[in-house]
Amino acid sequence: MLTVGPVDKLTIQRGASGEVKIAAQLQPGYHVNSNTPSEEYLIPLKLTWAKEPLQAEQVVYPKPQSEKYDFSPTPLSVFSGNFEVVTRFKAPADARNGPAIMNGKLRYQACNNKECLPPRTIEIQVTLDIQ
Amino acid sequence: MALLKLIRAAVWGGAVGGFLLWTACSNIPEAGFEPRSVKAAVKPENDRKTAPEFTLKDSNGQTVHLADYKGKVVLLDFWATWCGPCKVEIPWFMEFEQQFKDRGFAVLGVSMDEDGWDAVKPYIEDLKINYRVLLGNEQVSDIYGGLDSLPTTLLIDRQGKIASIHIGLSRGKEEFRNDIDHLLGASAASNGARTSLTAAK
Repeated sequence: MLTVGPVDKLTIQRGASGEVKIAAQLQPGYHVNSNTPSEEYLIPLKLTWAKEPLQAEQVVYPKPQSEKYDFSPTPLSVFSGNFEVVTRFKAPADARNGPAIMNGKLRYQACNNKECLPPRTIEIQVTLDIQ
Repeated sequence: MALLKLIRAAVWGGAVGGFLLWTACSNIPEAGFEPRSVKAAVKPENDRKTAPEFTLKDSNGQTVHLADYKGKVVLLDFWATWCGPCKVEIPWFMEFEQQFKDRGFAVLGVSMDEDGWDAVKPYIEDLKINYRVLLGNEQVSDIYGGLDSLPTTLLIDRQGKIASIHIGLSRGKEEFRNDIDHLLGASAASNGARTSLTAAK
């Protein structure tokens, strides 16, 4: 339903910051709740990262769309189609030099106008070169 | 899309004896994307398959077996608190519970929430759900074909057989009501006919 494209390798200096873009693609006709759903009971899209080797300083989600669906009396805050989630990482000054992997998880819950699919989690790996 | 439909149909078909396979093949639009909605009318009695048995706990901690409901028409609704389309149907089902309970009808809502009763109980209270709510699990999901989409609603006849399956917000309230009324009426007529026959002997 939701797929994530290849993630670019991140080359980063110790003590410096760098960005990683996660490109997501959702099957036509479906939406996922944004990171700030309009209803309390809805499950937000959420990108989380491991605590090392880098520190995730900020996760920036796209601007949500406000869409009306048959099942909701009010528009919902959603993402659909292709969208990007950007993470700004910082490499600790004492990070180990060399290749490494940064692990993340993208959790989402998708629906179309008539039905919903159970929440899913996509495992994400970013290849690092820490210098 | 066609492959997805085939896989889904096959999974369901295996789990409930091909019932949905028949339904899906005859109802899913073939061209372009449309949200999938399976419009199943009540099946003739001879074509119905037995609903898979399960044992689950309700919101009061009581054990519930589907078999306990044999002799009643059951609306079995698989839903979740995070499912917007499910929320639309719940007030309908509350109305049906109230309207038909004295005619041998019951609604069973099976929540598929991963967070369990912590998520479900406040929701039951908020919506003032008047029918029995159970907490589903992976096993019940498996025996009912994976439950890839919610809501999934089954109408089960008095013999414990699946009379119709509805995936997604595919039917209106009145269509559900008509089907329930039909099952209750048909069963009553059928039981009545049998009673008359026995009495004649």
